[in-house]
Amino acid sequence: MRNMFAEVLYELGKEDPRICIVVADISPAGPMEKFRQEFPERFINVGVAEQTMIGICAGLALKGLKPFAYTIATFSLYRPYEIIRDDLGYQNLPVTVVGIGGGVIYSTLGGTHHAQEDIAIAGSIPNMSILAPCDPEEARAATLYAGRRTSPGPLYLRFGKAGEPVITAGALEPFQFGKVRYLRKGDDVAILSYGVIMGMAKKAVDVLAARGRSVSLIACPTLKPLDREGLAGILKCHKQVIVIEEHVPQGGLASQTKQIAWDSGARCKLKTFTLKDEFIHCYGSHEDILAAHGISLDAILKEVE
Amino acid sequence: MEEFVEQLQLKDAFDSASARKRCLRYRRRILDISQRVTALHIAPAFSCLEIVDCIYNGLMRRAHDGTFLDSFLLSKGHGCMAQYVILEDLGILPSVELDRYCTRDGMLGAHPDYGTPGIAAATGSLGHGLSMAVGMAVAERNFSPNITGTNRVFAVLSDGEVQEGSTWEAVLMASTLKLNNLIAVIDNNDFQSLGRTSETHPSFYPLADKFVAFGWEVAETNGHDAGAIYQAITERKGGRPFMLVAKTTKGRGVSYMENVPIWHYRAPNPQEYRQALDELKEVSS
Repeated sequence: MRNMFAEVLYELGKEDPRICIVVADISPAGPMEKFRQEFPERFINVGVAEQTMIGICAGLALKGLKPFAYTIATFSLYRPYEIIRDDLGYQNLPVTVVGIGGGVIYSTLGGTHHAQEDIAIAGSIPNMSILAPCDPEEARAATLYAGRRTSPGPLYLRFGKAGEPVITAGALEPFQFGKVRYLRKGDDVAILSYGVIMGMAKKAVDVLAARGRSVSLIACPTLKPLDREGLAGILKCHKQVIVIEEHVPQGGLASQTKQIAWDSGARCKLKTFTLKDEFIHCYGSHEDILAAHGISLDAILKEVE
Repeated sequence: MEEFVEQLQLKDAFDSASARKRCLRYRRRILDISQRVTALHIAPAFSCLEIVDCIYNGLMRRAHDGTFLDSFLLSKGHGCMAQYVILEDLGILPSVELDRYCTRDGMLGAHPDYGTPGIAAATGSLGHGLSMAVGMAVAERNFSPNITGTNRVFAVLSDGEVQEGSTWEAVLMASTLKLNNLIAVIDNNDFQSLGRTSETHPSFYPLADKFVAFGWEVAETNGHDAGAIYQAITERKGGRPFMLVAKTTKGRGVSYMENVPIWHYRAPNPQEYRQALDELKEVSS
């Protein structure tokens, strides 16, 4: 995803001279170099200084530019949080805050590098929008949206890291900001997810389909504003809905889907898989960390049986 | 990068006597407003009044239509009464808004809000302003070249917010980016909520040396002498960001307010108000 981001940012930079990027000592090496060399006046590396990264983006936006702030999610969103709230949220400035490594994908780096509450804390800021694409193709669409949008306000763009497989190639619906999208449609079980963990959702759907179940796979790349109507529709037209989310239970897609289920009088069976509300001191593969939080392909399949 | 063209459109000379008269008038206006509210940041405004006056009435360049080419950002947002009365004087803020200060029908609060005429950014939380000023200065230098030279960004900081780590991140970046169009002034009144900074945090000083070490051009001056502030800023060498450490007195101009912490956020009662006006008359004569 991060390489796709850098490639798309270069495209955006060519079409719009207001596009600029402020990084905090972290940058996708290859493709970003093209942007840096061609638009040196639009590339700033602040070093390991995330607070001024956000403040400088605010200043650039106050003068009419469209800045992206870029580093690992815990550092781009958590460290300068109050500056994001005041400078970007309160002033309603069009700055995109990119967070690499959303969730627990930095599985060997420990809790300091796990952005497991990012949707909740970004989403609690008025004027903030949130996009969390699930594969490089959706990352491309989300980045294009971020660069071309004419709407005000900050956008938190949650990415994985690199090497994610393409999941959305045969999607039934295109990416649209503020909308859920069906990647596959059935009428029995719906699996709803976003971000990198969508890969596990896709595997679950493939197994269930092979077993003859009529299964929907739905991506929800826009976490704010949430497509409440679309989600109510999913809850209405399936017998069972499963939400899989790489995020703590509070303030993410799972808890909000439950709210929508209540508000819309949904009658389906609803099960959510989220990270635990815990710091788990565990190192291993991404799957290992997810399993420690109770999220695995087996657990999901067991829920459907 | 276009060379910085120094002071092309500056007014011929800065008239210190006029500045003193203006600042007396501004202090009286702030005192008048203080009688309509239960509290306002009066001492912080009196502390930075000559600095803000010098920037608006002496240093910031205007286009032919009157709009400012240069930008001003009050990082110490709690000093905004100083900015409000000057913006009123310049015809940018309507008087009725100052009369409705901190009321439901008005637009002005105890901290500057983005969207208010003449206000470049919402401040009030300390340690935000210098980074925003850096971003604005980069934008002006890299993206708005014009024949009169790069537009400049003026930022006024409190000395208290120099304790914020975010301020030092911005200090380091301003010199790294060689922002010769960034001019910052520290309102160095040596006071914060829990006492004199020189006593609570002795390592805060020497202050000017710290900015020199971070690659800025630095000068020190009397922060209540607008003429001296003007001179220090116009005589800078340029080529780097410029920091003026302006020595000030919190509550300057009213004896019982000077260096008395309670006046950080309190409105004088009618008797105190009359005494303050009397004292300002004496200074005037």
